[in-house]
Amino acid sequence: MSSNSFSKPVDTKRDAPKARPALSGWRDWLGVAPFFLFVFLFIVLPSFRLLIGSFQDVDGNFTLKNFADLMDPSILGAYWVTIRISLATAFGGGLLGFLMAYAVTVGGLPRWVRSALLTFSGVASNFAGVPLAFAFITTLGRVGMVTVFLKLIGVDLYDKGFSLYSFWGLSLTYMYFQFPLMVLTITPALDGLRREWREAAENLGATPFEYWVKVALPILTPSILGTMILLFGNAFGAYATALSLTGGFINLITILIGSQIKGDVLHNVGLGYALAFGMVVVMGVMMTLYYFLRRRSERWLKQ
Amino acid sequence: MRRNTFWSWFWIFLGTLYFLLPLISTFLFSLRAKKDVLSFLSYERIFTDVNFTRTLGFSLVVAVFTILVSILLVVPTAYWIRLRLPQLRAMIEFMTMLPFVIPAIVLVFGLIRVFSGAPFFLTNTYAGTNALLVAAYAVLTLPYMFRSVDAGLGAIDVRSLTEAAQSLGANWATILFRVIFPNLRVAILSGAFLTLATVIGEFTIASFLVGIKAFGPYLSLTGQNKTYEASSLTIISFLLTWAFMGLIQLFNRGKSDSALAGAH
Repeated sequence: MSSNSFSKPVDTKRDAPKARPALSGWRDWLGVAPFFLFVFLFIVLPSFRLLIGSFQDVDGNFTLKNFADLMDPSILGAYWVTIRISLATAFGGGLLGFLMAYAVTVGGLPRWVRSALLTFSGVASNFAGVPLAFAFITTLGRVGMVTVFLKLIGVDLYDKGFSLYSFWGLSLTYMYFQFPLMVLTITPALDGLRREWREAAENLGATPFEYWVKVALPILTPSILGTMILLFGNAFGAYATALSLTGGFINLITILIGSQIKGDVLHNVGLGYALAFGMVVVMGVMMTLYYFLRRRSERWLKQ
Repeated sequence: MRRNTFWSWFWIFLGTLYFLLPLISTFLFSLRAKKDVLSFLSYERIFTDVNFTRTLGFSLVVAVFTILVSILLVVPTAYWIRLRLPQLRAMIEFMTMLPFVIPAIVLVFGLIRVFSGAPFFLTNTYAGTNALLVAAYAVLTLPYMFRSVDAGLGAIDVRSLTEAAQSLGANWATILFRVIFPNLRVAILSGAFLTLATVIGEFTIASFLVGIKAFGPYLSLTGQNKTYEASSLTIISFLLTWAFMGLIQLFNRGKSDSALAGAH
């Protein structure tokens, strides 16, 4: 076919180049050594420091007391509030995100709505921390635009017991980066629902409701739950947003650890380590769940 | 297929309201720095504030270093496990997911405890602290960078490219820098901009390691004592995030799952 594949003289004196330079055994491993070193230094070592520290008392002797101290009502309370906020925003954000993703995929809206939504979700899921807290203060704070507007039409949020600096206010703020993340991860899953499945269900006499409850939702459930776990983790580790919204006056685990780093507010370094280690355990359980759910969702939805 | 789209529009409308109301109120508020008139005064004050330029510059430099470190760490590793050590894939994927398990506040806690004492003493010098900051950010963005690069490698024929380069006499450095990197341009760029978006306004790690030198802590401090400037800064950082995400989408036409990050 091609005329020039024979046009160049072949250098016959040289051996044909080897397919790969001869590297073998331990030299192969050298290629990944920097990565392993990095992971060891900056992920494994700090985690181990926290793990070991949580089993030590002030003098460095082995103890289990730090974990017993975690049972202190104020610390248990902090875990409980953190977990509740994470659950509430994972569920609320997940639901709203799912409904919006549903609207632009199966819901029959024009194409431009979908691309606008996805673009905006990409931005909003990355818009968090200090600026997000400011944005919500000017919206729903005591003199925020929405608060003032609602007051004009006769609804006084703060009289009714709402406060931006409380549980629900913080949850509402977290939702701003939660539901866009749900939109971004669940849209491909909704795209993966095949038209044939719906047609097959309809041919067998299923109503749209039956199709959703018996076919679509069971297929989507692992993806939905998996994403909600990601959202949970997102809220669970959040520090900057909570700190700048409440000025630190909310009893969250991240806020506690933050004050512990600034100074030994717990009067026990080991307890600080145990707190941090507890967070890693909760996240570890969550990510393991996520891993299994993801494998399950891949059975039907190949992405 | 004509169906009732009322509920679809309803949820989109609700979500849009959620998206836009905070932005609109912040923007309107930022225009009110001068009494009784709308003006861009608070923006002028921000742009002429030396600390704004200084902290933003600092965070940009940190972001650039983070991106370099992250690329040099991730690309050769991801390439190598595809080519020579496929048996390590599961293990390395697991390692890149570890940052998800360790919240930023816990990470910085551990890093400070390990590296401020013997034998490292990193936090005793500015250079050491900055290096630690870069390392922490490289950890934080590792999952996204790895996923982006690994997907990029999956889309090209690594083995054939390598063998073709070798048959032309290229050594490993040439293969990596002149064959693999250029083919991964899109993946690397989207990973890089995601890193940029995450690092620029990052607060948690920056506030404990370098404090007010970085942009995130500067935002926070401004918010505590200058109300109007804080809202104009919020708008500015929203626009910055928008710009980075827009660039990613520009590079990544059609693929949508790469723009997920988080440092909240």
